[in-house]
Amino acid sequence: MSETVLEVRDLHTHFFLRRGVVKAVDGVSFSLRRGEVLGLVGESGCGKSLTALSLMRLLPKGGARTIKGEVLLDGENILERSAAAMREIRGRRISMVLQDPQTSLNPVFSVGDQLREAILRRHGASRRQVRQEAVEALRRVEIAAPEQRLGQYPHQMSGGMKQRVVGAIAITGRPAVLIADEPTTALDVTIQLQYLKLLKRLQAETGMAILFITHDFGVVGRMCDRVAVMYAGRIVECGPVRQIFEAPQHPYTRALIASVPKMTGPVGRLTTIEGQPPSLMDLPIGCRFASRCAEVEPRCLEAYPRTVQLSREHTADCWKVVPA
Amino acid sequence: MNGPLLRVENLRKYFALTRGILFTRTLGHIKAVDDVSFEIRAGETLGLVGESGCGKTTTSRMILNLEQPTEGRILLEGEPIDGLQGEALAAYRAKVQAVFQDPWSSLDPRMKVGRTIAEALIVNRWGDRAKIAARVRELLLQVGLRPEQADQYPHEFSGGQRQRVALAAALASRPRLIVLDEPVSALDVSIRAQMMNLLKDIQAEDGVAYLLVAHDLATVRHMADHTVVMYLGRIVEQAPTAALFAEVRHPYTRALFSAVLAAEPGRQTDEIELRGEVPSPLDPPTACRFHTRCPYAMPRCAEVEPPLREVSRGHAVACHLFE
Repeated sequence: MSETVLEVRDLHTHFFLRRGVVKAVDGVSFSLRRGEVLGLVGESGCGKSLTALSLMRLLPKGGARTIKGEVLLDGENILERSAAAMREIRGRRISMVLQDPQTSLNPVFSVGDQLREAILRRHGASRRQVRQEAVEALRRVEIAAPEQRLGQYPHQMSGGMKQRVVGAIAITGRPAVLIADEPTTALDVTIQLQYLKLLKRLQAETGMAILFITHDFGVVGRMCDRVAVMYAGRIVECGPVRQIFEAPQHPYTRALIASVPKMTGPVGRLTTIEGQPPSLMDLPIGCRFASRCAEVEPRCLEAYPRTVQLSREHTADCWKVVPA
Repeated sequence: MNGPLLRVENLRKYFALTRGILFTRTLGHIKAVDDVSFEIRAGETLGLVGESGCGKTTTSRMILNLEQPTEGRILLEGEPIDGLQGEALAAYRAKVQAVFQDPWSSLDPRMKVGRTIAEALIVNRWGDRAKIAARVRELLLQVGLRPEQADQYPHEFSGGQRQRVALAAALASRPRLIVLDEPVSALDVSIRAQMMNLLKDIQAEDGVAYLLVAHDLATVRHMADHTVVMYLGRIVEQAPTAALFAEVRHPYTRALFSAVLAAEPGRQTDEIELRGEVPSPLDPPTACRFHTRCPYAMPRCAEVEPPLREVSRGHAVACHLFE
């Protein structure tokens, strides 16, 4: 088996609306290795969630289409698979956890029913065996007294526990890739830490790769091996977490990290990024960050910068960075 | 005036949990806020932190006079606020304003933002149309928007801009205190920093005091002069913000601090992972409410409630470890 489990090449997912074309994901490429956690960070509307939905082929209704690119899961382009084949892939080879556990669970079925459904989709088995597996799945996500919990409904559980159930359902098929889209944003900080540690333990046990989507650099620092920073539909910088934190090269990454209030150091005015991201319906031909960039030059407005290889694993799309 | 702007004394709020419609029975009380006292001085920011269900929002709602305390008093400029009616209540509302978390639901989508901002002025018969329009323009400029944007509707604004509109509306009546309930947590990182800077600039200009209800400690660190940490309806620790961040005392506060994921990898050293979840406020643990999850719990923590006592100047902790 190759080391790379998921490779995304030049992915384009656009919304075709009557008013025009919204280029929400516009040329995204990255790869995910077996057992690694890759963070995908960016602000609202940068296309990070739509990237995830494109990988799952669960695009929202209303004109969203993936028009270009490849998503290679173990070398096979899943964008070319039939809808039926895709249903077999989801949950078993690639799975997803969403932000809000309230809406990812069905309120009128017990958590046991929802777990059993996920298990039965994978293989038919006797009732006892399925129940046994469901109990085991809850135990794996460290839910106490799993036998009793099976009969409970989502409203009887706290947010943190619901998110554990969602996690249990997502990994019951032992997927090679788990996409986690802001899974802890709705949780309290102490519960968030519990959940992140749990994800890490599960990953160590199963060896799955995680694509972790977040807007929080703190979560990136805690969870990820590498991080890709997205802006206006593209990845502008990608590299090992430590390098990105200690020496971010793209002006956007630098400004974004600088604008996070810190827990140490001087308390002064925070650095801000003035202006707004460009409209995804009317993207500039040059660098998409140029209008807000403090270091903008004429060539930034003329053409989109090439991707510069800064070190073996570190890349940035900027005219001003110098290749290693 | 030397006294504090706002004083909260032994505030309690119990919500009765009842069953039945005609013959209601009380099953118990949710002790949302249980004996909370603090002060806010004019022109200062008090940060109120804690997790969901700790009572921080209920406390702020009582200060906004949206909820009546079960016990205890709130005094603004030395005057108790309970039983305020008519003119006096309107005057209180003009002095104490609020900005809420979600700028999508806090603005009326069918009202031009200029009208939303003018609302408080119209209600208080602040002046004639021209005077109000001039004030609205001034407010828009103060929050970093353009005066002509008064004629736009909320959907034409981004989240950060809407939060600026909400702030302009809160500032209209020249309040002495603004309750900021998670004012930046719905905003993107880069917009968040703009809003925090703006709030500080306005405080420096107008001398308005803030009660900042937040769960993000780094935000509190940058904004607040004093910080109060709550857990299950009680204050567990309070101190000047700089002193608190220099030395965190209470085990709960320490756990809260260690759960903050620093945007600096490798900084996490003494991480405390709390076991289990926050107990139900319907049946909170006896004595120290944190003892069920506390890594340092001793037998007496389940027997004797630790009082909030000062451990150094202005720094008070409710924990038996500091006696």
